[in-house]
Amino acid sequence: MFSNRMFNILVPIISVVLGLIAGAIIMLGFGYNPFQGYLALIDGAFGNAYFFGETIRQVTPYILTGLAVAFAFRAGLFNIGAEGQVIVGWLAAVWIGTTIEAPMIVHLPLALFAAALAGGMWGFVPGLLKAKLGVHEVIITIMMNYIALYLTNHLIRNVLTDTKDTTDRVVESAALSSEWLMTLTSYSRLHWGILVALVAAVFMWFLLEKTTAGYELRSVGYNRHASEYAGMKVGKNIILAMVISGGFAGLAGAMEGLGTFGYMPTHSAFTNIGFDGIAVALLGGNAALGTVIAAFLFGTLKIGALNMPTGAGVPAELVEIVIALIIFFVASSYIIRWALLRLKKEGK
Amino acid sequence: MLDVLQSIIPIALFYSAPLIFTALGGVFSERSGVVNIGLEGLMVMGAFVGIVFNLAFVDVLGAATPWVSVLVAMVVSAVFSSIHAVASVSFRADQVVSGVAINFLALGLGVFLTKQWYGKGQTDMVSRPFYSTDIPFLADIPIIGPLLFQKIYLTSYIAIIAAIVAWYVLYKTPFGLRLRSVGEHPMAADTNGINVYTMRYIAVIISGALGGLGGSVFALTIALNFSQSTIVGQGFMSLAAVIFGKWHPLGAMGAALFFGFAQSLSVIGAGVPFLADVPKIYLTIAPYLLTILALAGFIGRAEAPKANGQPYIKGSR
Repeated sequence: MFSNRMFNILVPIISVVLGLIAGAIIMLGFGYNPFQGYLALIDGAFGNAYFFGETIRQVTPYILTGLAVAFAFRAGLFNIGAEGQVIVGWLAAVWIGTTIEAPMIVHLPLALFAAALAGGMWGFVPGLLKAKLGVHEVIITIMMNYIALYLTNHLIRNVLTDTKDTTDRVVESAALSSEWLMTLTSYSRLHWGILVALVAAVFMWFLLEKTTAGYELRSVGYNRHASEYAGMKVGKNIILAMVISGGFAGLAGAMEGLGTFGYMPTHSAFTNIGFDGIAVALLGGNAALGTVIAAFLFGTLKIGALNMPTGAGVPAELVEIVIALIIFFVASSYIIRWALLRLKKEGK
Repeated sequence: MLDVLQSIIPIALFYSAPLIFTALGGVFSERSGVVNIGLEGLMVMGAFVGIVFNLAFVDVLGAATPWVSVLVAMVVSAVFSSIHAVASVSFRADQVVSGVAINFLALGLGVFLTKQWYGKGQTDMVSRPFYSTDIPFLADIPIIGPLLFQKIYLTSYIAIIAAIVAWYVLYKTPFGLRLRSVGEHPMAADTNGINVYTMRYIAVIISGALGGLGGSVFALTIALNFSQSTIVGQGFMSLAAVIFGKWHPLGAMGAALFFGFAQSLSVIGAGVPFLADVPKIYLTIAPYLLTILALAGFIGRAEAPKANGQPYIKGSR
């Protein structure tokens, strides 16, 4: 028999393979060569220094939003609000980055902290409502996403600027971008944020696996009632989980604001970094290391896809379909487990 | 005052219609115990099919084109939603996750096929959308006529009638009672000989048809073409209407009308005397803020169907 651990590793791998096969079938159906298509994708993600830099750049916020969703999941909560938390974190980082003057050693950490704080606050509201009133966090976080989107647009147009559609650039002392990394990767937008993301992943692993607070959070995620009976404060843990989760997502926003873009434009629609984080967390099995690996995969798919129209004539949206199917397969892990067990039995 | 109402009401009705249809779909699905975050994706699918069919068959069908487009969109979205049904009813997937996947998939498919068929990121504009009309006889009634029956989209009235039909079906027929019972207590329903899985499949597929209807009506009255940014949040707003309306068809309709009204205010607010001073941002975020307040119990308690979101596993307690 398969052990549980084996399943947890097999299901995501099988899901990715099935998703890619489905993508290949779609390409075949529309008269494309799937090998050419996927080769173009790989080339577009790793083919040269520029592409590689862009891939890592895309992986950076994915790691953080993936961690955000995964962290909440571990405490039994579904944070669909990563998207809104990204947006408010982005704004907070840019706000600090454009209005304050300080040496880098103070300014950059302050801007990052502000982003995490803003995201955390955005997570606090659904956390509080869940803890105190038992309101389901999914709907609240969806609503908070829209409030974040429209509110930040409003603030950019009316408070940060005088009816302009983008903020000023953040000053040098708050920027994550690096001339050295950019020249190294033929002027991609690669920035130091990847280090922040990796540190965040280690932080999450340490917090959840090695501390009492983390043990309580996981315990509340497994069984709320048993945890309460054991004397843990369930409400406090729910709020804490949402705040930390929001903090991760807020940092993802800072990656865009202080790194990739260096400013914040008004958004007519969502950035999708937060929504993609759901896919990342699911595929990564809601663990820190898994999330980093999954973020790497999705970053590769997203950036590689941009090369598919020129490399193989395939519309880049094919990758969106593949990602959606991967989510389906992971979500339907029950049926994959069932199929695996059947195969195993027949093999005997 | 009358002028103000005359400019607001038709626009409010116009913006509400797609939300009402989609929200009714949400009510069916959630009443049966299947959470449907995928309403947004179902609307995307409906909008895409509605526009593509309209563009392709306008020469053959002439004046009937938008009506047939809407029907085709309903059928395709119903079939599409069965993916959500299979995942969340048969495969016991997390319904929220499956709904998120529906949203990704619909947008991915829609834009992929648009690029495939039209060679660019958006379709052409349709040449035969729905037009506003005056309703015969009723339009001539003084005061009410100009307010409610002149320059109005028929789809708005169909939406309101659909809400009443949905209420009748859910609350006055055996089918509706069964559908609600599998959402409240599936095991009890099963014991009484109701097939929980069948009921949930039917409910999700109805929500697919209605979501597709909402999306295609939006596309053929408001957007008039399809692109990545045709449906941005209307599905989630409909979901909010479901909850704000306390999972009741007429409540959802009322909420959708209110959200449509709020949207129309942020569109034409500047022209309305007592609203011109209210910053637009408040009107824009009002629907979302109100939903949060409603859920938090400040505007009456919103109770979800008891078994909402839980897959039913035969034999488990």
